[in-house]
Amino acid sequence: MVENRPLTTFVTHLVLILGVLAIAFPVWITFVASTHNELRMNQSPLPLWPGEYFLTNMQQTLFGSGLSGTEQAPVWLMLLNSLAMALLISSGKIVISLLSAFAIVYFKFPFRMGFFWMIFITLMLPVEVRILPTFEVVANLGMLNSYWGLSIPLIASATATFMFRQVFLTVPDELLESARIDGAGPLRFFFDILLPLSRTNIAALFVILFIFGWNQYLWPLLITTDTSMTTIVMSIKQMLEAAEQSPQWNIIMTTALLAMIPPVFVVIAMQKLFVQGLTETDK
Amino acid sequence: MLKRVHFPTSLLPYLLVAPQIAITLVFFIWPASQAMYQSFLIEDAFGLGTEFVWFENFEVLMTDSHYLDSFQRTAVFSVLVAALSMGFALILAGFAQRVVRGAMFYRTLLIWPYAIAPVLAGALWVFMFNPTLGIFPYFLEIIGITWNHYLSGNQAMLLVILAAAWKQVAYNFLFYLAAMQSIPNSVIEAAAIDGAGPARRFWTIVFPLISPTTFFLLVINMVYAFFETFGIIHAVTQGGPGTSTTILVYKVFNDGFVGLDLGGSAAQSVVLMALVIVMTVVQFRFVERKVAY
Repeated sequence: MVENRPLTTFVTHLVLILGVLAIAFPVWITFVASTHNELRMNQSPLPLWPGEYFLTNMQQTLFGSGLSGTEQAPVWLMLLNSLAMALLISSGKIVISLLSAFAIVYFKFPFRMGFFWMIFITLMLPVEVRILPTFEVVANLGMLNSYWGLSIPLIASATATFMFRQVFLTVPDELLESARIDGAGPLRFFFDILLPLSRTNIAALFVILFIFGWNQYLWPLLITTDTSMTTIVMSIKQMLEAAEQSPQWNIIMTTALLAMIPPVFVVIAMQKLFVQGLTETDK
Repeated sequence: MLKRVHFPTSLLPYLLVAPQIAITLVFFIWPASQAMYQSFLIEDAFGLGTEFVWFENFEVLMTDSHYLDSFQRTAVFSVLVAALSMGFALILAGFAQRVVRGAMFYRTLLIWPYAIAPVLAGALWVFMFNPTLGIFPYFLEIIGITWNHYLSGNQAMLLVILAAAWKQVAYNFLFYLAAMQSIPNSVIEAAAIDGAGPARRFWTIVFPLISPTTFFLLVINMVYAFFETFGIIHAVTQGGPGTSTTILVYKVFNDGFVGLDLGGSAAQSVVLMALVIVMTVVQFRFVERKVAY
């Protein structure tokens, strides 16, 4: 701080605390809703302070019938599906982009730039703009209602390849020269030198991609018709629809809470990696 | 681009790029070209035959008042989402940057909403604004405002804007804070010695110096509002009431999957792809300029 002004310092903290409270308020309301029973959640005004039904709601949501009157998979299964999808997407993206970035940076081969531009183009096309034809492709390949269908079409994206390319370009040439003098082949160089050097970048990217994968909405919604394949994030929509007939807000909000806990936990627990990943992939 | 020293040509690099190229071809290039091809076709009402019509689908689009309305609505929506979330983030970052100890503490408390899926953000806000039960309508009723986003198009629009902007504050805050912390302290101190107070220093020094970040965030936020907010719209309003929250990306989905107008939906996809490409080019040009600073 440049000068000491007690009043300004006070205002600073006041604004920041109000900001934090404003940002956290929707989640607080969600938490409060998950701690009351159905009866209380149908009386206006809704509570602003937690009740004592948190564990009951948790148990009913996770293992019980869940939302009555809907044909849904149990929530624990949805959580598992989401986890599988998020892990497949993040590890798949990391593996294929590590490999292709390695090839593009460390080899000189015909069509190298052609491949590079082909990957580059994919940067520009979010899944939302080409849903119909992509859906047809996946349907023709018989990948509907499978983990492969959920993850593989989303694995193809250029951001990760780009990031690894930048990382590899900063690795000094001398390392490669000395490795070659010592008789190391390309694969040995990749596994023994490049991978250990880009360890933190991989971890940072993993954090970002895990959140990206977990939060997928439109794609799982389209390609899963079988209730046993639903993911937790897409199930919220069906619950909101059901809420118009039988408003069990305690169960809906408990599900919403369960859906946001894993990615939020990842951000808070691995904040440093998260910030690194976010700034590296977008710039 | 390429290392000065590299490995000799062999089959290996082709094997290494093969997985990425295969997925790109099957799930990106092929569907995107299919979308382009379909945008030149019109399917008859029973789905029995198709006719190649060149640019007719685009001509229909450009004269379709629903589509033009949706364009305008998307512009309003994305500008408001960007302005709201960036403004809020800028204020918070401006104050957080003044805190010597504890800036990182506030950062932890402010960045986690980034991890919440847009559709969940929508669910949270629609619950708070539920016309019969929600907390905000209850208080709004007291000051004489009746809230029902199932009936009022403007209120539905406001609701999705709030939900979309809320989630994005975290991202903008993170980048603004980083940009402000990279401003040399000596510049600020010199201004303070010349007698500039905190507010004046912010507007005449900090804000101009972080303008590249503002521009970068503007592009990112526009892309976010254009595409990633699909979940919010789909779960909260389904584009309604009427078509008052039907933004472009929702219309592509709705016309294609619900309305089964394949040609029209494909033509809209092509227009959207062009928009994404323009935004990406703008962003890359900007990044280049920033490197030259």
